[in-house]
Amino acid sequence: METIKLIVFLPLLAALVAGLGNRMIGNVAAKAVTTAALFISCALSWPIFLSFLGGHAEAQVVPVLDFIRSGDLNVQWSLRVDTLTAVMLVVVTSVSSLVHLYSWGYMSEDPSQPRFFAYLSLFTFAMLMLVTADSLVQMFFGWEGVGLASYLLIGFWYHKPSANAAAIKAFVVNRVGDFGFSLGIFGVFLVFGTVSIPEILEAAPGYAGSTIGFLGYRIDTITLLCILLFIGAMGKSAQLGLHTWLPDAMEGPTPVSALIHAATMVTAGVFMVCRLSPLFELSDVATNLVTYVGAATALFAATVGTTQTDIKRVIAYSTCSQLGYMFFAAGTGAYGAAMFHLFTHAFFKALLFLGAGSVIHAMHHEQDMRYYGGLRKHIPFTFWAMMAGTLAITGVGVIGVFGFAGFYSKDAIIEAAFASGTEAGGVAFAVAVFAALLTSFYSWRLIFLTFYGKPRWSQSEHIQHAAHDAHGHDDHAHGHDDHHAHAQDDDGTLGYHPHESPLPMLVPLAVLTIGAIFAGYGFHHAFIGAEEGAAFWQGSLAFDAHLMHAMHEVPLLVKLSATIVMILGLAIAWLAYIKDTTIPARFTATFPAVYQFLLNKWYWDELYNILFVKPSLWLGCILWKKGDEGTIDRFGPHGAAEVVLQGSRLAVRFQSGYLYSYAFVMLLGLVGFATWAMTR
Amino acid sequence: MSFPILSTMILLPVVAAFLTIFLSANAARWAALGTTLALFVLGIVLWQAYDIGGPQWQFVEQAPIFGQRFSWALGIDGIALMLIVLSVFLMPICILASWESIQKRVPEYMAAFLMMEAFMIGVFAAQDMFLFYIFFEAGLIPMYLIIGIWGGADRIKASYKFFLYTLIGSLVMLVAMLWMAREAGTSDIPTLLQYNFPVEAQTWLWFAFFASFAVKMPMWPVHTWLPDAHVQAPTAGSVILAGVLLKMGGYGFIRFSLPMFPEASAALVWVVFGMSMVAVVYTSLVALVQSDMKKLIAYSSVAHMAFVTIGLFAFNRQGIEGALIVMLAHGLVSGALFLCVGVIYDRLHTREIARYGGLANNMPYYALFFLFFTMASVGLPGLANFVGEFLALVGAYEANSWVAAVATLGIILGAAYMLWLYRRVAFGTAAGEDTASMKDITAREWLTLAPIAAATLWMGVYPESFMAPMRNDVTAILARIEPVAPHGDAKLKMGDPKKLAKAHEAAHGEAH
Repeated sequence: METIKLIVFLPLLAALVAGLGNRMIGNVAAKAVTTAALFISCALSWPIFLSFLGGHAEAQVVPVLDFIRSGDLNVQWSLRVDTLTAVMLVVVTSVSSLVHLYSWGYMSEDPSQPRFFAYLSLFTFAMLMLVTADSLVQMFFGWEGVGLASYLLIGFWYHKPSANAAAIKAFVVNRVGDFGFSLGIFGVFLVFGTVSIPEILEAAPGYAGSTIGFLGYRIDTITLLCILLFIGAMGKSAQLGLHTWLPDAMEGPTPVSALIHAATMVTAGVFMVCRLSPLFELSDVATNLVTYVGAATALFAATVGTTQTDIKRVIAYSTCSQLGYMFFAAGTGAYGAAMFHLFTHAFFKALLFLGAGSVIHAMHHEQDMRYYGGLRKHIPFTFWAMMAGTLAITGVGVIGVFGFAGFYSKDAIIEAAFASGTEAGGVAFAVAVFAALLTSFYSWRLIFLTFYGKPRWSQSEHIQHAAHDAHGHDDHAHGHDDHHAHAQDDDGTLGYHPHESPLPMLVPLAVLTIGAIFAGYGFHHAFIGAEEGAAFWQGSLAFDAHLMHAMHEVPLLVKLSATIVMILGLAIAWLAYIKDTTIPARFTATFPAVYQFLLNKWYWDELYNILFVKPSLWLGCILWKKGDEGTIDRFGPHGAAEVVLQGSRLAVRFQSGYLYSYAFVMLLGLVGFATWAMTR
Repeated sequence: MSFPILSTMILLPVVAAFLTIFLSANAARWAALGTTLALFVLGIVLWQAYDIGGPQWQFVEQAPIFGQRFSWALGIDGIALMLIVLSVFLMPICILASWESIQKRVPEYMAAFLMMEAFMIGVFAAQDMFLFYIFFEAGLIPMYLIIGIWGGADRIKASYKFFLYTLIGSLVMLVAMLWMAREAGTSDIPTLLQYNFPVEAQTWLWFAFFASFAVKMPMWPVHTWLPDAHVQAPTAGSVILAGVLLKMGGYGFIRFSLPMFPEASAALVWVVFGMSMVAVVYTSLVALVQSDMKKLIAYSSVAHMAFVTIGLFAFNRQGIEGALIVMLAHGLVSGALFLCVGVIYDRLHTREIARYGGLANNMPYYALFFLFFTMASVGLPGLANFVGEFLALVGAYEANSWVAAVATLGIILGAAYMLWLYRRVAFGTAAGEDTASMKDITAREWLTLAPIAAATLWMGVYPESFMAPMRNDVTAILARIEPVAPHGDAKLKMGDPKKLAKAHEAAHGEAH
């Protein structure tokens, strides 16, 4: 199967052409090469996925090159294709190709477009290496590669200090996760003597119940390995504790947020847990940890999402929260449901981000929803696309008839948590239902603030700039036109006219809208059906048919719970942002502490600053000034120099610069001494 | 006897150095470039001709000087081969890097570099312990001169510190060598490698060698000469210092300490691990707060070299092979980072990080190279350092989970200080008009950076080319040290299969 090589390496080739050619080949060539490469990859990926869907494809591994060989450690560059990979292939290449296309419009005025497209393609290559990895080391290669691309793209507008800070933060926080991932790989090699994933999964059951020493403790071997690896997943997938980089990553251009920080890279952690699911299944401690961390993240991010005012940040916290859903689904054993949600989420979240990009584009780079309002009529296409995305994420649908994408995947997760029957599953179920309420609330809040009500654009600096520029134009053209402008101020628009985005941006929105509507309905049998699922996954993850059965047979109230809270969230949002818009202000006035706590994101950043950043810098200064210069040098070479200086004229001569002669004498002395010593 | 290629590689630069002194500045440059390129070609020939899987010592030459006690004995194994290739690869790049920035006493400068090259090759090729010692020490002299004459404002102090540290360490080593030659009756390294020194004596011998090699590495706390030496050295001096001179410490450990004193090495592992663990965290934190670019990279070197010592003393194949690759990779990457600093130092004549900024605007290709080497330095997979650090840490984990965990912390801190450096130099806005008007890299600078980048990528994607020649030599060392290897702390204990089966059944029963 040589097509997989094309799928993976075409984006790399395109990235090199666009990146190294850069200013020589020009904007259009760079954009065309990368976009074409991605569409080819995408076109080649879907048949692979469909053949797995049809059940007439088998997992295979295509070797590429030797990588590291050291004794028992034997790592190959190779491309693995099985059901799990096939799902990721279509997700990655579809969203990536659409984002490439979208960027033709969104980035059209940027001076460094070749660089942008090169980074996007480089990212796609690294992500494809990650999902096709057959060994943990190659997975780590992709893992770090997407981290690099993410770093470069978050900091794409490198003249902005905030973008630079966010880029470094993303990389370093991910490195904390990598710390766990790396130790996990080292541990895996120590225990299994291999880093090949199939070999690990095959050998793992034999190690159940074994214990291992780690940092002075004795721990269950599988539990230790799973926890270490999971720390890596937490970093990449922005789970509670290591999530702080994701909201800041919104400093990157919006297409980047859609591709990397919503649809693909951040789901790598979920993918890793699913890929290693037979290993995780051997440790109750590990799966419970995954469940609790996922549930906590789902809750935390949803609460914070309700108070943010930046449109991209709301969606970012929403992503964080949805990733939490995927994790606790995995933790409760519903890996199929986790992957299903990953699949549908990729479409509707990319849609929401690209829709938000279209809004931002229309609103002259204003991102604060407080300054939006009434945009429904101005950008109707974007509005309907965002609407489809919102219906999908909030899980609108009628049981047994039809539902938007999230209706199938999110409900499956909630039901599976209930059906799992474990304590952790019960907690996760309760949390998930509450988080679904919040999800519905903040999603509708976003829609209402952006598209409904009266325009509030006049307070926006961006719009003021735009309007000012336009007026400046008017002044020259028509002379005094002040009266006219003032009249328009009253309606909150400052006379600004938002325009619908150009076609390259609207086509991806349209395609993703189709995905957000049908991805759940079309594929739920294959992903989470009890019988079809087992046939579809072909053992590429630990598919629990019993749990899937149980999931379909939960009480009706449980099945309806997601729909009920969805309607409740919609109602609250409608009350607060359409019916009586003074409610939010009154709420914050009544509970200022709660509001501040949520607005400041539970103060994680402040905490980490105090705990890690400041002490590191302080310690660095102390060690340098007091350690190196104050102790080692003082009692070492400088102390010796004092003694020598006072006692010897030779040293004085040396200090005054007769280095040449001194060095020569030293050589002679050395040779003489050695000669004497050996011949005597 | 076949063509004495190793003697040629040592004597050719010496002859060229003497001739160069009498040339004009420009002729001296070309002569040095020609000589180093010729040596590079010889190095490639050596690599091609080296028979992987053949005898352990190849290209052997022997000419007695003082009988058994001291002879002109040369010969290389795969480890020495790779280090020689690294040296001859970096040399022409150093000459090119000094092409315009050195204007004072050019012939002498070029001569010093050529002498340096001869001594470096000599260190790795010597098969006689005293010959090794002479090359090992003599290599310091051209380095003193390079720092002391062509260095920065504080060069005297820096070269003095460099001298004091390294000399004291070496003298102790010399005493140990004299004792060993007496005891074993020979100074022939291959013979000594098989000689079993009495266990009681091994400890002090080990410490005597350690004193010298630890300074050379350098290990904490005898590292403080390195930042000063780097800061004051001219760019090419830093490249050779970081690229090759620091490798002599690691080479010494693997050639002498481990195989000659295996029992002492095993007993004193904790000394090495302790110092290395401190080094990783300590120097990384110090690097975080530096405002001088060269100092920052110098401190990062100390942290990186700690991976070498950790890997070597892990007492297993992954650790040692990883350490060797870290040595090669660090030689390339930190050399390249110093070149990157040199490029902008030549333009603005300051190492203050705060004076730069926004270079991605006016120097895009420079920014690309700098990013490439920054990423290599933080251990991005696919580039050279990753392979080495990964293997070294795999080995370390087998030896001791504490060591692996603390050393792995270094990858977090490493990312922090390198990205923070890169951000201040290449991103943001220029600190001044002069910074913003700096021109992108010239063709000559391309020639210095591009080959290293290619080698870094090669080593990162297909390290087998570099690991294959060294594999059998690592096996030979393992044969000496594995019997006494200390036990790891993992102590995997398998579960009771019967109990497990029962528990599994019970769990299933409940679930249904």
